[in-house]
Amino acid sequence: MITLGFPYFEEVIEHSKREYPNEACGILAGKNGQVKKVYPMTNIEKSPLTYLADPREQFKVIKEMRKLGLELVGIYHSHPESEPYPSKRDLEMAFYPEAIYLIISLKDIKKPKVKAFRIKDSQFEEVKIKVNKEVKNGY
Amino acid sequence: MVKVRIPSPLQKLTDNQVLVTGKGGTIKELIDDLERQFPGIKGRICDEDGHIRRFVNIYINEEDIRFLNGEETAIKSGDEISIIPAIAGGETDV
Repeated sequence: MITLGFPYFEEVIEHSKREYPNEACGILAGKNGQVKKVYPMTNIEKSPLTYLADPREQFKVIKEMRKLGLELVGIYHSHPESEPYPSKRDLEMAFYPEAIYLIISLKDIKKPKVKAFRIKDSQFEEVKIKVNKEVKNGY
Repeated sequence: MVKVRIPSPLQKLTDNQVLVTGKGGTIKELIDDLERQFPGIKGRICDEDGHIRRFVNIYINEEDIRFLNGEETAIKSGDEISIIPAIAGGETDV
């Protein structure tokens, strides 16, 4: 399960919409499966079909997370035109088996669909998303 | 000796150690040294031809080795090397 406050959930959806028709991506940082900070990342591929987070930005974010004592809870990205399930490419490139992969489908941009998965050895398993109505409780 | 920061997906190979030490005059030699200490790690960092995989980023202190001399980049005692797998994917199956 991944737990995130409503403002974080909204932030992820807003970022995905902002990048539409291209894919958006980012890091969900926190502790024990609970998101405490969202890091929207630049998709350097600027593509509606693929994403690659800017490596330099990623390096900076990882260092900041280490300083703040935050763990990599999840990685999110959008699917502008398809359902929120991992593609073959998503499975092959899921290099962080400990992270929860959040996929935001904007197939119907007025009604985004969000699903979360654990991906290991190119196999995926859906996990529950718990959205807290509380305000931000992170950094 | 240099310090090497191991990313979470590879920590299984380093007995869960986040920071390890290694030696070598270049990144390539360092990876060979890591392989001697932690068998299997090279295959996760490099492809079949021994080149660093496209989706693995390596930093010496603050610099991406792609902007230096790639795997031939020289390293010196006291450097901190970070190995960071990319965050990548996407809806296409192409």
